[in-house]
Formats: sequence, C-alpha cells, structure tokens
Amino acid sequence: MVTLQLDRVSASYGRQEILSEVSTPEFQGGQVVALLGPNAAGKSTLFRRIFGMLKGGGHVRITGARTATPVAYMPQDTGASAVLSVYEAVLLARMQGRGMKVQNEDLAHVDRALEELGIAALGERDIGNLSGGQRQLLSAAQALVQEPEILLLDEPTSALDLNRQLGLLTILRRLAEERQMLIMAALHDLGHALRFTDQAMVLERGRLITCGPTDQVVTPDLLRRVYQVEARIEPCSRGLPQLIVEGAV
Amino acid sequence: MSSEASVHPGLLGGRAYYRALVLRRQLILAGLTLALFLSLCTDLALGPARYGLEEVVAALFMPDAVSEQVRVILWDIRMPVALMALVVGASLSIAGAQMQTILSNPLASPFTLGISAGASFGAALGLAFGVIFIPAAVDYVIPINAFLMAMLTSLFIYALSLRRGVTIETIVLLGIAMVFIFNALMGLIQFFASQQAVAAVVFWTMGSLTKATWPKFWVTFGILLAVIPLLVRHGWALTAMRLGDTKAASMGVNPRRIRLEVLALVSLLAAIAVAFVGTIGFIGLVGPHIARLLLGEDQRFFLPGSAICGALLLSIGSVLSKVIIPGTVIPIGIITSLVGIPFFLFLVLSHRKSAW
Repeated sequence: MVTLQLDRVSASYGRQEILSEVSTPEFQGGQVVALLGPNAAGKSTLFRRIFGMLKGGGHVRITGARTATPVAYMPQDTGASAVLSVYEAVLLARMQGRGMKVQNEDLAHVDRALEELGIAALGERDIGNLSGGQRQLLSAAQALVQEPEILLLDEPTSALDLNRQLGLLTILRRLAEERQMLIMAALHDLGHALRFTDQAMVLERGRLITCGPTDQVVTPDLLRRVYQVEARIEPCSRGLPQLIVEGAV
Repeated sequence: MSSEASVHPGLLGGRAYYRALVLRRQLILAGLTLALFLSLCTDLALGPARYGLEEVVAALFMPDAVSEQVRVILWDIRMPVALMALVVGASLSIAGAQMQTILSNPLASPFTLGISAGASFGAALGLAFGVIFIPAAVDYVIPINAFLMAMLTSLFIYALSLRRGVTIETIVLLGIAMVFIFNALMGLIQFFASQQAVAAVVFWTMGSLTKATWPKFWVTFGILLAVIPLLVRHGWALTAMRLGDTKAASMGVNPRRIRLEVLALVSLLAAIAVAFVGTIGFIGLVGPHIARLLLGEDQRFFLPGSAICGALLLSIGSVLSKVIIPGTVIPIGIITSLVGIPFFLFLVLSHRKSAW
C-alpha cells in the first residue's frame, strides 16, 4: 500500500520562505486527507513541493508505490483555453510520457474518468466553452486518468455548485477506498472536511500547526485561532457533524 | 454524481467520437496534401512558357516522356523555385506555430522575435556596404550574412530567456524591442547607402523565391527534416503547454526546458528560411492559425497541418505572383501579405471557434 510522509519539508520562492519544515505522520492509501488553512498559508506550495514542481529542504517520502510516477496533481483552475475538446484534453493528460500512438487501453481510461465524474456527455465540447465548474471536473478527470496512487487536489470544489461539491467528494471518497488511493485535498469548506476526510492538516503562514484525525483537528478552538471565526460543531439529525458559524471574532 | 448526459442526448460514445475526430483530421490532412500537389503542379506549369497540367505531371513522373526542353525548364529552372516555396512555407509556418505555442501568444511568428528583422539587417549590411561575415561563393554571401544575424538575434533572446524570472511576456517584449532596434538600424543603412544599394535592400526585404537553387533547397529541406522529428518527440508536451505552464507541469511536463529547446529549434528553422528568400510576410502567422481552425491543437495533427498550410499558402502565393501581371513576377512577400491577410481575416471572423 502506498504511503506518504513529509519530513521537515520546506520551500522558497527566491529568498522568501513559503513553507517551513512541515512534518507529518505517515498517510496511507485509502485515506482522504484535508489540507486546511487560510489564504496564502502555503497549501498550493506544499502540493507543488510534494509533486516535485518545487525544490526545497526536507524529504517527501513515498513508499509502496507500484509505479514510477505515483503522484498526480490537480492545480487550481487557471482558465486557459486551447482548441481541444474535453475528450482530447483528458487524453492529453493520459498520454504524457507515453508514445505518440493512442492505444485502446488509453481511450478506455479516458472514457472511465469522464464517466466517473459525470462529464462523459461533455466529451465533444471545446474546453474554451466550459463553465468554471465544468472546467474543474475536467481537471479532476485529467488527474484521475493518470491512474495515480496519490492524488493531490488543490481546491477541487471551489467552482462547483453544492450538488456537484457533494458529488465530487463522494466519488473521491469512494475511489480512495476502492483503489486504495491516498487523496489529499485543499479545502476551504471545513464542513466538507469534517464529513469526507479522515485526516486533516492545518497550515498557517507556511507552518504546520496541527495534524491528525479530522474530527480532532477541526474544533471551535482552531476556527477561532486560525480563521478568526466563532463556530460550533454539532451532529445533525443523521448524526453527521455540522459546522455552525456564528460570526467573525 | 449527477450526469449531464440527459442534457446532451444522442451524442456519440467517447471512443467512437474520438475515432471519428481522428479520421476527419486525417481526411483534412489528405485534402490539404492533394491541394498542395495541385498547387505545385500549377506553379510548375506557369512561367514565360506555359504548360498544361498533364504535361507537368508527365514530366514529374515520366521525365522520358516529355521533350528535353520541357524537362530542363521544369526540373532545372522551375522545380527548385516551386519546391523552395513549399519548404520555406512549411518552415516559417512550423516556426510560427511553435512560437505561438511556447509563448502563449497568437501574434508570435518569426517576425515577433526579431528573427526576420535580424536577417534583413544582416543582408542589408552586405548589400549596402559590402560587409561580409564569412567569405563564400557570391551566391551565398548575403544569405550567410542574413542567417548569422538572425541566429545572433535568436541567441541573444535565448540567452536572456535562460535568466531566472524571465517570463514569456518578457521574451515577447524582448523580441519586439529587437524588431524596433533593427528597423532603426535599417533606416540608418538606407540613409547612408547609395540609391542603387537602397533599391537592392528594399528588393531583398520584399522576399523573393526567384534566387532559389537546388543546393539552397536541399539545405533548407535538410534542416526542416532534421527539426521535425525533434518537435514530434515533444508533441504531447507541446499540446499540454497550451493549457498554461502550471497545468502542463501538473502533467509532468517541464515547460521551461521545452520552451528553450523549441525556441532554439524554430529559430534555426526560421533563420535558414528567411536567409535564402528574404522577408516573406505573414506565413508564420497565418499558416498556424488556419491549421488550428481546421485541425485543432493536438500537435499530432497541428504540426503537419501547419507545415502543409504554410507550404500551400506560399505555393499559391508563388502562382499568384506570376499570374496577376502576366510576364512579371511580383515579389512573393507582397503577395502573401496582400492575399493572405484578407483570407485570414475571413477565416477568423467567420469561424465560431476562437482559440485565444
């Protein structure tokens, strides 16, 4: 089973240190980990550092991977357009590092990724004509089609309507269990984090301030300290934890 | 998750759609190739002595079946010019296509980075003041000047691109700065040069295929053949770069490395083409845009499409340059701009897809 552990991981842009010695316990395949923190806490930088786009101090330890490139990364949406259909754009993510010839197996993976995310009917649409939410689902499909063992998702639900937010997170939860995939997602909705993730790590100004089971990490005290909001967490009628925000501190 | 299938009933299944898309593109490429062949034959048929298409095709495939005079005119005089139009068109169009791709800029072309302007300056130094960078046969002195100056410009931009923190916007601005510098230097040369020399410089900058010879063709063709496989190797990565650096990097592409490598390759391609035929306007801009409209941006189709569209445009330009005023060959650079740009505007304005 794949595992990921960060050991004093740092990263800088020029002389400015963005991440400072982030260390975590070992995360395992099958888990969904929430990466939390206010804006500019260093969440995207941490993903880039784990993915290998940024160099820096410390070690990103991955063990038990079956493939040479076990990590896929879905960055935040940048809205770039090209004359490509959704189907081609997903195939493109699949074919990087492979030969020029597209095999049947590659097309099968594209079909599967599109179907899993419920966007198979958008396959023929130009990517320039997608809504923000559709682009986000396309990005998720581009990451999934790479068959990752570790999936890093940078704010995957930020442009989705509520129904699709729940839909995507439910799918990710299921895929993590079915494929024993480790999923780490940067989320701003702490209610979603409570409901869909096993572990949570909280960054603030480039430092890890806490890490552990989500229900123990996301507490009224953390919300007051890191997000400067008064909130409480209560179980709903179905027993699911609900975050009730009362206002800014 | 709620599927959007109900919104779009009756669409082809994913794989069937993709296979149909690939087939359509292959047919478009085949159609363009056929058009290219017809244009080449027409180009060969036209000149002071006019031949029928049948005679041209016979001379191409069964040289023994036509008279010696026809064979000599077609193979030794017209063929290098007609084929030069194809390889120069393909080279400039590929260079423009990849510059647009790696610089994420629809206006990028061999002109944008100052490559054409550098070549013109090198040629003008030789034509106006007899400045010779490398002594060579008289036929090659000016092209060598032009080539060296174009490459020097590219190297300068390449060297600056290597510096940390230089963005693609900076590279485009550097190119435009180079264009203005060379334009000013050209003005200076024309101010001090004799009237005769100024005429020679102006004619060179108009671009002309008439000085094409077999050796020049083989050099240009050889470079084109050497560069294409190197670009094909990066096909998927180059397509990914159209989604932005971050997205490309998230797919495992190293955008900076690809950008530098491709910049070097297309600079060579453009410099050699411009050196032999002078400034031929807009092929490097229009060829890729037409290919993009017809074939999309998957490099497996976009790259050959750009090459064929560029070759076709210049070949048609060569035909038009002979027929507009019978008995006079108008410099092809003028034709490509005059005819190419309205055609291009028509395509862009009438097409529903917009890439940029």
